Amino acid sequence: MSSNILVFAERRDGEIRRPALEAVSTAYRLAQTTGGKVDVVALGPGASGCAEALAAHGASRLFVVEAEHAELYAPQLYAACVAEAAKLSDAAALLVPGTAMGRDLAPRATARLGTACATDLVEIEISEGGALKGKRPVYAGQAYARVSIPDARPAVASLRPNVFPAVEVDAPATVEVVALDAPIAAADLGVRTVSVEKPDQQELDVAEAPVIVAGGRGLKEAKNFSLIRDLAQVLGGAVGASRAVVDSDWIAHANQVGQTGKVVSPNLYIACGISGAVQHLAGMSSSKVIVAINKDPDAPIFSVADYGIVGDLFEILPAFTEAVRTLKAG
Amino acid sequence: MKFVVAIKHVPDTETKIKIAADGKSIEEAGVKWVVSTFDEFALQEAINLRNAGEGEVVAVGAGREASQKSLRQALAVGADRALLINDERYERCDALQRATALAAAVRAEEADLVFLGKYGVGTDEWQTGPMLAELLGWPHVGAITKLELDGDKFTARRDVEGGVEVLEGNLPAVLTCEKGLNEPAYASLKGIMAAKKKPLDIKTPAELGIDVTDLDSPKLIWEGLEVPPARTGAKLIDGEAHEAAATLARLLREEAKVI
Repeated sequence: MSSNILVFAERRDGEIRRPALEAVSTAYRLAQTTGGKVDVVALGPGASGCAEALAAHGASRLFVVEAEHAELYAPQLYAACVAEAAKLSDAAALLVPGTAMGRDLAPRATARLGTACATDLVEIEISEGGALKGKRPVYAGQAYARVSIPDARPAVASLRPNVFPAVEVDAPATVEVVALDAPIAAADLGVRTVSVEKPDQQELDVAEAPVIVAGGRGLKEAKNFSLIRDLAQVLGGAVGASRAVVDSDWIAHANQVGQTGKVVSPNLYIACGISGAVQHLAGMSSSKVIVAINKDPDAPIFSVADYGIVGDLFEILPAFTEAVRTLKAG
Repeated sequence: MKFVVAIKHVPDTETKIKIAADGKSIEEAGVKWVVSTFDEFALQEAINLRNAGEGEVVAVGAGREASQKSLRQALAVGADRALLINDERYERCDALQRATALAAAVRAEEADLVFLGKYGVGTDEWQTGPMLAELLGWPHVGAITKLELDGDKFTARRDVEGGVEVLEGNLPAVLTCEKGLNEPAYASLKGIMAAKKKPLDIKTPAELGIDVTDLDSPKLIWEGLEVPPARTGAKLIDGEAHEAAATLARLLREEAKVI
């Protein structure tokens, strides 16, 4: 019976992304149960250079496709490479980081393999009988579904970033690097990424940030988001927003938390001037610690918060930003 | 140009979810069922392209008879025809089974471009579009925020962490749609009246040549639903702004250990 766990290691600018390391660590834990090894597949020129970082997190073998046309995301090529690696690995499970790329790639690879995929898991186990079992948020986080892939191999799962720890192992193995040819030639690609545009001012993405400071209608107007940005910067966090202010064009949809936006689970979520509509609460209530600052003591946001301040955010936010700055400096 | 838009019939996003007695589905009493939010952007994009050139927009769903309501809504907004692949088991199938059904419809329609929402509201799986593309052997782009067509070539943009990917590809293709791609129109009274006369075909999977042998046994199984653990309620911090802010900062460091 197959017992290896394969991980797709997403790279950006040559480096393995953190959610991929989280997946490798998770695979290492699961492989203790299955008695198998952790195989990894990484794509693009220079992918074999990631062997050491992957070994440090528990990988034993690394499949690479270093063709030029594998550098940027090409859905068909990436799915074909991952499916090929899954066959060579004889993998029982394929883990993919639940990033923009991973969430898009996992189902395509699954269809190619003819198996099944569990999206955005926050818990994952492999049972004694070999079934992949997991827990995932549904209805934008209003509920969790317990899902199982009893028979299909490899069972595919994407893992929610920031939930599973990335841990270095005590005695890293020497990684065996296996180079593969690109299964699809550049000329035969039906679609490919031609460029990745990055804003001058890089902001952390809410989907991956350990801290989120979010603003809502209580900010009164778009320019007051500067109060949110100031605090987010001091905390090293990302800027989030309620649907109401995104719909009013105060801030981009990429910042929206909740149903029709992003479902997040940072260590710390600070909701400022957000009353807490059902669809917003669903998207953030799995955060580890929640702080609410709102002038309305009856706002639903307080029902999910761990700490609350009832008051004027225009007074409290600058004072809090200053207090955190002082604390961090001390 | 033939556009197919996949329409999923789902609980409204404002619905407060209650778990049904079986422990794995939702209580349907009082739930309003609507076109999945992201499918509205998919439908509008197809309508805009048809209106700018020529062609036909076909809305396709898979599920129980009640899901006709969302297809009729798609017709009211501007789709030309609709097709329901009618089998109640599509309400409990996995994404690959749904994609298999849609692939049969796409082939039968000889579509050039297929649009879906980036995910179906509720199950939130993000799977059907990319799976459909793989089954068809077509390229796809997921969660697009902008699309330009030039003959049989397209350019699409999608948000990724900290940037925007720009992809170029060839038709036929599958595209899944993100909020912000366009402004979905509401159905006008005239549109609603016209929709009553537009064709809405109901076919069995067998009529489309879809193998349903395994439809009772999806490879991904929902074993149960549970509500997130209740939170105990906020510790409220009193005092004037500076004092409360300083207390909060201290608690977050010393008690919660998160800053």
